[in-house]
Amino acid sequence: MSSGHDTIDIQSHIKVYMTVFAALAVLTIVTVAASYLDLSTGEAILLALTIASIKGSLVAGYFMHLISEKALITWILMLTAGFFFVLMFIPMASFIDQAQLG
Amino acid sequence: MDIPYTVEERPDTGLFNAKLGIWLFLASEVMLFGGLFSAYVFLRFGAPVGAFHEWGQELNIPLATLNTLILISSSVTMVMSWASLKLNEFKKYKLYMGLTLLCALGFLIIKYIEYTAKFDHHIYPSTNTFYAIYFTLTGLHGLHIIGGMIVLYYFWMPGSKMWNSKPEQFTNRIEIAGLYWHFVDLVWIFLFPILYLL
Repeated sequence: MSSGHDTIDIQSHIKVYMTVFAALAVLTIVTVAASYLDLSTGEAILLALTIASIKGSLVAGYFMHLISEKALITWILMLTAGFFFVLMFIPMASFIDQAQLG
Repeated sequence: MDIPYTVEERPDTGLFNAKLGIWLFLASEVMLFGGLFSAYVFLRFGAPVGAFHEWGQELNIPLATLNTLILISSSVTMVMSWASLKLNEFKKYKLYMGLTLLCALGFLIIKYIEYTAKFDHHIYPSTNTFYAIYFTLTGLHGLHIIGGMIVLYYFWMPGSKMWNSKPEQFTNRIEIAGLYWHFVDLVWIFLFPILYLL
């Protein structure tokens, strides 16, 4: 059950949720608009993934409350992120290898 | 026997058990989707230059944009359903949870329209490597939406009785379900540009 202090706290959270929602909606439109810019493939990938990362951080930080979550969860996620990047670089490594064999 | 630490925090972790459990599950989900994102990179590098972009031209960007906005909206209604319980407003909880389910249904209907349009044009996973990974990633994501809807429907209807007997535990359950739902939204935020726009 909520105390008076909790109620004020949650109401301030709700304002943040609405701001984040507006930011996510605007960034979605920006992502689509940016895809029509005359950019090289590399630039387009960098821009799209940068915007997606900002959107993802907003969802994780505010909707999933990561911004105020306990350290244990942060450590679990940092470990996961490490393994995720290793997984991403495995295919890259195979292409480097292929180029060397050339 | 009652399950321990459903409401109060465990002294050693500082978390109630379900929260640690869902974050460990989500970490495993990152690796599941990570494997497929890795496959996407592998297939994109392996395809002729510009082929992935060209093959993706058949996809419907306006519908996918609408679906992105719908899923973002569902994340807001989901977090609002939890906030409503924190504010002791059960009727609002029911409203926001109902809206979350409606958004999820809307997302699936649009996905169905997209899929049937592709099949009508004889585009299948076997058409090329782009559509192989497109159908795999969006199909797996769609299954996550369906799984989430089953859980959310339970908490919206039969499972909501718990609010009368154990309101704090019920509020925590909604928070946990919400964490899963936001993760599904987060995955889509990355799927949308890599499949539809690049």
